[in-house]
Amino acid sequence: MSKRSVTPVLPVAALLCFSVTSSAATQAQQAGAAQKQNAAPTALWNSPSIAPKQPQPSFGPRPRHDISGTWDAFAAGIQPTGVKSHAPFTEWGEKMANTYKPGDGPRKVALGLINDPLDDCDPAGFPRNLFFELRPFKVAQTSDQVLMLYEYQKVWRAIWTDGRELPKDPESRWYGYSVGHWQDDYTFVVDTVGLDERTWLDNAGDPHSADMRVEETYRRVDQDTLELTVKVDDPKAYKEPWFGLNKFILHRQPSSFDIREMICAPSEAEEYRKEVAEPATK
Amino acid sequence: MKNKHIVVLLGLGFLVGMAPLFAHHGNSSFDIDKKLTMKATVTEWFWANPHCFLKFDITDEKGNVVHWVAETSNPSDMANLGWSKQIFKPGDHVTVTLQPVKNGAPIGRVMQVVLANGQTLGTRIAGVFGPEVDAPKPADSSR
Repeated sequence: MSKRSVTPVLPVAALLCFSVTSSAATQAQQAGAAQKQNAAPTALWNSPSIAPKQPQPSFGPRPRHDISGTWDAFAAGIQPTGVKSHAPFTEWGEKMANTYKPGDGPRKVALGLINDPLDDCDPAGFPRNLFFELRPFKVAQTSDQVLMLYEYQKVWRAIWTDGRELPKDPESRWYGYSVGHWQDDYTFVVDTVGLDERTWLDNAGDPHSADMRVEETYRRVDQDTLELTVKVDDPKAYKEPWFGLNKFILHRQPSSFDIREMICAPSEAEEYRKEVAEPATK
Repeated sequence: MKNKHIVVLLGLGFLVGMAPLFAHHGNSSFDIDKKLTMKATVTEWFWANPHCFLKFDITDEKGNVVHWVAETSNPSDMANLGWSKQIFKPGDHVTVTLQPVKNGAPIGRVMQVVLANGQTLGTRIAGVFGPEVDAPKPADSSR
């Protein structure tokens, strides 16, 4: 839609807004609120992800069927050495793990020997974006989707809430296919399948198969706190289901929070390889 | 290394938990028992994912110029520590402290940089000496 076609609509919308006000007092009150809402935010661009030194006050009761907002776990969201623990590998899982050469975790290798897909700026994929680099992310809800927009790699996921079923035999995707439902007023459960086998589960080079199913549970503990639990069910790679995150706490950020861009550009990664990784390993 | 501009400190105090808090890559290439402090002239500051790196020259006691490259974590992490894309420019005189790589190449990872104006930039490598910089204030608390 061009700007030309939008412009005439705005005064009409403004008139409609004014027509519903019933009194001068109400108008003044609303104008004041609008002014406050429209006041220039004091936050900087590229908001920092730092835990406040003082606990932040809560701003009211938790809303029903609502996990929208910007959420951050601060430093706890980054797990360079991989998940805390996982179920034992199957024979297939073990075989795959042995081909992955991570830069960190129990099987870490020297810089120039790492074969982590992230080193070529491949997508982290899901759920590695949760298990390795869970940086600030925004949740937006529409009538039929919950959207998650992540700082890390500046990617988004669409979680369908229109009642559709998961695909039966999907072609794989880096971030899979997700459907969600409200288990109760404050608990949102997401099921994801169809995940690309090329992605690693975490920064320690733990593998997964294309058969993996992941269940995320987001529980709104209070207005400013979200609790995330992530269950991995991948019988081809692991002998039993396990939890990558368990009641992991996320903190709601101000509405003015400006999520940074965090993109791996192949040309920049190549500079790092040339200037640091390869000379460090010769 | 005999260099009047370089102080090599070995051993105690640097053995505990040296993994950087946020690094994508681990510490397997770095000599975690060693740290070097050197007066340097910045030649380039590369602000990028997956790692930023600082390129600089030092002059050894024989007058030879040695070119070093030292990595940090990514821009998001460094910005949280008060660093920025504009914090260095070529020609800046700084004091760099780093962990060198094991193979003797002039490569390392930055532990701390002191700017010409005395400002200290930390990196939060666990066990790092020196003051931890004051983090920028969180965004406003309006909801």
